[in-house]
Amino acid sequence: MSVKKFIRERFFPHIWCQGCGHGIVLNAMLRALSALGISKNEIVVVSGIGCSARISGYVDFHTLHTLHGRALAFATGVKMSLPGLNVIVPMGDGDALAIGGNHFIHAARRNIDMTAIVMNNRIYGMTGGQFSPLTGYGMKATTAPYKNIDHDFDIAELSRAAGASYVARTTTYHVQQLTEMIKEAILHDGFSVVEVLSQCPTNFGRRNKMGGAVEMMESYKSLTTPIGSKAKQENPALIERGVFVQRELPEYCSEYNAIIEKLKKGTEK
Amino acid sequence: MTQNIKFIQGNEVCVEAALYAGLTFYAGYPITPSTEIAEHLAIRLPLISGTFIQMEDEIASICAIIGASLTGNKVMTATSGPGFSLMQEGLGYAIMAEIPCVIVNVQRGGPSTGLPTNVSQSDVFQAQWGTHGDHAIIAMTASSHQDLFEITVDAFNMAETYRTPVILLLDEVIGHMRERVFIPEPGELPLVERLKTAFKEGVDYHPYLPREDGRLPMSDFGGIHRFNVTGLVHDMWGFPSNNPTIAKGLMHHLIDKINNNVHEIARYKEYHMDDASIILVSYGCSARSARHVVENRRKRGEKLGLIELQTLWPFPMHVIRNRCANARYILVVEQNMGQLVHLVKMNVARPDKVFLCNRIDGVFISPTDIRNVLRVIQGRGV
Amino acid sequence: MAKFTYKAHDIQQEWCKGCGICVHFCPKKVLELNEKNKVFVAHPDKCIACRMCEFRCPDLAIEVIVEKNNDP
Repeated sequence: MSVKKFIRERFFPHIWCQGCGHGIVLNAMLRALSALGISKNEIVVVSGIGCSARISGYVDFHTLHTLHGRALAFATGVKMSLPGLNVIVPMGDGDALAIGGNHFIHAARRNIDMTAIVMNNRIYGMTGGQFSPLTGYGMKATTAPYKNIDHDFDIAELSRAAGASYVARTTTYHVQQLTEMIKEAILHDGFSVVEVLSQCPTNFGRRNKMGGAVEMMESYKSLTTPIGSKAKQENPALIERGVFVQRELPEYCSEYNAIIEKLKKGTEK
Repeated sequence: MTQNIKFIQGNEVCVEAALYAGLTFYAGYPITPSTEIAEHLAIRLPLISGTFIQMEDEIASICAIIGASLTGNKVMTATSGPGFSLMQEGLGYAIMAEIPCVIVNVQRGGPSTGLPTNVSQSDVFQAQWGTHGDHAIIAMTASSHQDLFEITVDAFNMAETYRTPVILLLDEVIGHMRERVFIPEPGELPLVERLKTAFKEGVDYHPYLPREDGRLPMSDFGGIHRFNVTGLVHDMWGFPSNNPTIAKGLMHHLIDKINNNVHEIARYKEYHMDDASIILVSYGCSARSARHVVENRRKRGEKLGLIELQTLWPFPMHVIRNRCANARYILVVEQNMGQLVHLVKMNVARPDKVFLCNRIDGVFISPTDIRNVLRVIQGRGV
Repeated sequence: MAKFTYKAHDIQQEWCKGCGICVHFCPKKVLELNEKNKVFVAHPDKCIACRMCEFRCPDLAIEVIVEKNNDP
């Protein structure tokens, strides 16, 4: 099953660094779409700004490369005006949760049927390695040269609290799980969040002495554990992987459409 | 045939006209003195299977309408100064990506939260230069509800014609004032619909390649042509480029498509201009007081005239240059510390003959305010 | 017996950035990097067609050509 039918081959090789996890997320996203068999004309990929956002240029769908942090707001306009489209929003961690944090929680609160793929590399890569809201306490970045005193978010908990009806987390090491999660998220009727721990060897790994892409992916194997595992009870520092939230809630476009239908029938003054 | 006459607020006129023009999608965030636009559209749009959505802020509002415009909708958002400041980022995107949309700014006093419930016209320069980078913009205004109806329809038409955001620069007085307005019958005012590409599926469609007449046919998101839209400098397919030739070409295209059509875009009204020696230049609600003074002085035989600008950007310099050539004095009437007055000065032979009559205290400028300045100019004491 | 039989690797070397992810995580050590730091199939006979190299390649440079086994 080749994913080449989904890409704009003339732009390859892509701009991402050697070993960048974002390419693996792209790879998995395309496999998920291929498996679902959705027509290319029915897919809209909306992205913001940053390394992650470059994904939109590489895929042969309707693609909207927008402003830093604002992808979900643009996507809301696309989805609300044409609810039949599959709207996928690949985002970076800074893009989604710093500058775009407000749009993120409100898209989740509305439970609008879109898929946000948060490619969490814990750094602003494109601008050269400044700390993001996901960098974490004690880490190093060009703007936290001594150590980072900012604490990070738990994206899954944040998404759950904000009202997202599908929330999952995995890593670029666990590619099959990643593909399955993206598939589930796209099929899910409501706002879906898939957080992917994605290595940035150039700007995060190197500065924090984590080695290259291979070592960082090895660490994803050892530092994560399935949700509710025994290992987690023994070592609370482990990061849980899996589907955190999967619930049926009224979807925003359907709710709006129900109002229109009700008005058409004249049952509401 | 019964005429459809309403006695409504300016904000409601804007809603009626937007729907007349074909509005199907509105996103906004509440802010005084524009909120009635959102409130009325929240009622009206679902009735025509259109979309109303209240977003989390003005940044999101303009982004949402851009997204909805791409699927083929006529779109609008409305706000006031503080919200308009937040929209500047999205406004620049719409300019760069050439997305038709209408942005209403019902002006209030600023800067910052300023005078939320009081009138001002101090966002004239912000409308042109609020967003960063070189660009051209269309900004329009009106002084009466009947004009506002037509100008609003015009704004939608120009957004489609030039594939660009158009700003409706209203003010608190126009927005909240109640006045009689005739709602035209369908077909009475011309409407410009979205120009869509005739290219068939599989044919290489260029979303950013202008036709010979300068217009760029669009293809809806979700349709048969898949392309990229970006705020980066881009080639004719919409893909990012930093090729100097492409960057230069795009910049010229974005600015020329508007500024070279200033004659087509310029909307203005003239009152008693044929033999006027003292010319008042005004716009929006201020033009109401200016017109009152001109009409009264004419009754006394004084040769006053009024140019009421409805297109503020691109600035119709040819109108000012040609019509003010023989003026003894020019008095610009506006409610700010002097914004349009600079543009008028730049476009007349004798800038020293251009004066400003303004109010900046949130109180509507009155004919007396104008008469007081005229006394000084005419050397009849303070 | 495996569900798939290995046929070949289709490797787009000009897309490969030589990160070594495929080499490292290959369970059978089929792949290696050449002197130009590009991946190549060093031991095709060992491949079990698990396709993890293809799935984990950040450069979309690898495709494992497989044949589906019909018989159980």
